[in-house]
Amino acid sequence: MLAARVILEQGIHVEGINFFTGFCVEGHTHAIRKRDRGRPKRNNSLWTAEQLGIKLHIVDIIEEYKEVLLNPRHGYGANLNPCLDCKIFMVKKAVEWIRNHEFDFIITGEVIGQRPMSQRKDTMPVVAHESGAEDLLLRPLCAKNLPMTKPEREGWVDRERLYDFSGRTRKPQMALAHSFGIEEYAQPAGGCCFLTDEQYSAKLADLWRHLGEKRYEFDDIMLLKVGRHIRPAANYKLIIAREEGEVNFLQGYRKEYPSLKTLSHTGPLALIDGDPSEEQIGQAAAIIARFSKGKMEQRVEVEITSPNGEARILSVKPLSPRELEKEWML
Amino acid sequence: MTRVKVDARRLLCPLPVIRVQDRAVEMDPGDEIEAICTDPGAMQDIPAWCRVHGHQILEKRKVENEYLIVVRIGDHHRE
Repeated sequence: MLAARVILEQGIHVEGINFFTGFCVEGHTHAIRKRDRGRPKRNNSLWTAEQLGIKLHIVDIIEEYKEVLLNPRHGYGANLNPCLDCKIFMVKKAVEWIRNHEFDFIITGEVIGQRPMSQRKDTMPVVAHESGAEDLLLRPLCAKNLPMTKPEREGWVDRERLYDFSGRTRKPQMALAHSFGIEEYAQPAGGCCFLTDEQYSAKLADLWRHLGEKRYEFDDIMLLKVGRHIRPAANYKLIIAREEGEVNFLQGYRKEYPSLKTLSHTGPLALIDGDPSEEQIGQAAAIIARFSKGKMEQRVEVEITSPNGEARILSVKPLSPRELEKEWML
Repeated sequence: MTRVKVDARRLLCPLPVIRVQDRAVEMDPGDEIEAICTDPGAMQDIPAWCRVHGHQILEKRKVENEYLIVVRIGDHHRE
């Protein structure tokens, strides 16, 4: 937002690009979870574009992003976040975009030293080079700490009106935002991506371990965002809704996954991912019963519905807290 | 004037916006897109996208569990 504003101040036409990888925290999670619905319902990139008075193009990179996440040349960060490869890929897509739309250069809001992986003095040139952007990539917030780019050399941009921010502190950015009258802005980078989340990464790693290879479909990564994931055995796991919003969301998958629902007592909807034996289906039903209002009862009736709609009922004894093993919880 | 339908049911934001946006690329000023969505977030996001691109919202309403949003492509669409 700030980088765009700095360039807009120089009378340059700016348009925004927002890449959708499928791992964005915004939007999806808020749409699914009812408890999050009290938050402002807005797409932050659209909101930012509107504040700046610029156009915004949202680009679906779900499929292409798989290669970035599955085989990052520069490795992962603290979790399964391939930040450097991600940045290189997005700038590369931006290069394609500006060529197709006759724009002259790219700006990003990066600041040297702001992030541990993709915004270091030694990795920022890597982003410019490996993305193919080279000197068409201008970072207005720290440009004075970097070699001149083409937009500066050609006089398209006045380098004197760019900045020399560095380090993890965001105070200079906040002061600059304040000077522009910007008092509200979106969450800084990092917190907006599920791949930086330890628990989400653990669930993704579990998915790959049990698939026997690193791959995923869009529905896989969506389901990892939702519910309580319990893996009682290598060949199956349960995804249990934690609240009404998640129940509604999981309902949409009942034609693709077997589902479980308690009948005799109020309880959550759950999906079975995998191929459990008959005995394990009983175990799954006992686990679901544990999360129902009948958890203290001797018997709970659980309906198991297959993807083709065939349903049957099992009467099970809910699992005790002692039997619900800690290692099963993902 | 052309009017097309975009089925964005079962998609969560920003995908409904992306579907409308990608369809709009092929259209001319005055053409209309009728988007049907199930994510209530689309009721905010599609109008926000229209505002930044100069398109107009003709209609926006809930129909049972779905959301209907009708967009008219703006006059400066190609600029």
